[in-house]
Amino acid sequence: MRIRSVIPGFVPAAGITLLLLGLLVLLPLAALVLRAASLGWSGVWDLVTEPRVLAALRTSFGLSLAAAAVNAVFGTLTAWVLVRYEFPGRRLLDAAVDLPFALPTAVAGIALAALYAPNGWIGALAAPFEVRIAFTPVGIFIALVFVGLPFVVRTVQPVLAEAQQDVEEAAATLGAGRIRTILRVVLPALVPAVIAGSAMAFARGVGEYGSVIFIAGNIPFVSEIAPLLIVVKLEEYDFEGATAIALAMLTVSFVILLGLNALGSWSRRRFGHAR
Amino acid sequence: MPDSMPAALLPPSATKPAAAPDIRARKRLRAPTEDPPLFRAAAIALAVFFLALFLVLPLAVVFIEAFGKGAAAFLEALREEDARAAVRLTLTVAAIAVPVNVVFGIAAAWCIAKFEFPGKSLLVSLIDLPFSVSPVVAGLVYVLLFGAQGLLGPTLQAYGIEVIFAVPGIVLATIFVTLPFIARELIPLMEDQGTTDEEAALSLGAGGFRTFLRITLPNIRWGLLYGVLLCNARAMGEFGAVSVVSGHIRGLTNTMPLQVEVLYNEYNATAAFAVASLLAGLALVTLALKSLLEWRYADEIAGTHRR
Repeated sequence: MRIRSVIPGFVPAAGITLLLLGLLVLLPLAALVLRAASLGWSGVWDLVTEPRVLAALRTSFGLSLAAAAVNAVFGTLTAWVLVRYEFPGRRLLDAAVDLPFALPTAVAGIALAALYAPNGWIGALAAPFEVRIAFTPVGIFIALVFVGLPFVVRTVQPVLAEAQQDVEEAAATLGAGRIRTILRVVLPALVPAVIAGSAMAFARGVGEYGSVIFIAGNIPFVSEIAPLLIVVKLEEYDFEGATAIALAMLTVSFVILLGLNALGSWSRRRFGHAR
Repeated sequence: MPDSMPAALLPPSATKPAAAPDIRARKRLRAPTEDPPLFRAAAIALAVFFLALFLVLPLAVVFIEAFGKGAAAFLEALREEDARAAVRLTLTVAAIAVPVNVVFGIAAAWCIAKFEFPGKSLLVSLIDLPFSVSPVVAGLVYVLLFGAQGLLGPTLQAYGIEVIFAVPGIVLATIFVTLPFIARELIPLMEDQGTTDEEAALSLGAGGFRTFLRITLPNIRWGLLYGVLLCNARAMGEFGAVSVVSGHIRGLTNTMPLQVEVLYNEYNATAAFAVASLLAGLALVTLALKSLLEWRYADEIAGTHRR
């Protein structure tokens, strides 16, 4: 392949890129696919449809979806507040949004477990009402909200910052009240960004491990997530089982993300002007 | 005493003459794009509550638990030989993984941003791939490749090379999960900057490598630093992928996050949170430097660097 350009260095740069990508990412992923291929379709299917595996996949995907939905609402609200309002501590709050990206997941995990355990600060508040948060699926949900929090905020923020306020003025001159303008004019323009951010939060949630396992309780069929079940299978030297779950997670995430992408492009057509 | 208080010490409102009643002060007209005050206050309060609950409280609990039994217990936990071995291993892993990522990030950004070639968008998607793979799966693929029953494991073992349950596996898994960080930061930045600066240098007779060192590198330095910052935070904090390949051998293959897990599972909460507080401190420093870069060099780092 001949690349015509006055800039030199294409061959070494592309060579380094492909070599590292191939050896460190593609080759190991190929090992996963090869291992699954040796099981055959029916072999993979039997392993994935085991009741305990199905329960774990349901837990991971269901709770990630719920957490992404909460983040869609509160992430949009947070982005709105950070972009549109000026108040003391705004910049600090803005910087703090990235904390779940920066804080190691194991640290977040033990901190959340300590907070929501029956003797923790928040767990103790819920305990008198016989409500248990840590070591139940609710705990998993809390951890997934934490890890997904920055995604929606950070995708909606730039769109909101660039949005022209003249459409809002137009709505106001046509007699719409402020709340109605926000609901009917501003929010629809944000829909594509909210969907994109929620999709990222969802994908992250499905694969999340470190921040979940400490607060989850990890009871099979109840609060066991799919990534943990992979680790459990590996500890039992059940490589086939681990491979099948990994393949199922990759496939389902891929299909769901494709669907969300389609939804995203539909909403961009439907709601127009946002990028 | 109050009589002799100088006017400068009094609150400003006390020295100001009472303002004439202003009709607009009583019923100020709102701009059409301004939200009702109640709506605004409620939105701010709700967002602050949400962020305090999910961000500030977990962070606070780490430090409070770490120092809960006094500074002596905190220092004692960090003086532990296993804890020090974990710190050393984490620093070693980051010292290998981050430079590899720098080389990869610059090489990938150079060919993607400065050249047109078929299959470019596929390459960009492949670079992003590790972000959409669960960390546990990232660890698993290395076990399937290099483990005792893996594709290459038995061959390497015959030569006495251990990858899984050893430091090389930890380094490889860390590179896997951090690989996109620097490339993702540099690609949009270098695409924005175009090739005119380099073309000028080349036409004036500079060699390719000299052009890169003297023109490209200074142009991307803040973006590169930004990427290194995020990459390093993830490399030092990675848990899932490393956990799968490490084998949790105390003093040998436990990184700091793994040491946190081991101590926590042994109900040694103070020691677990002491090690965790070091990682939380790293996260805070990362966030502070990142905000500083965003604020000071906003034009010299890529616009969308979220993830």
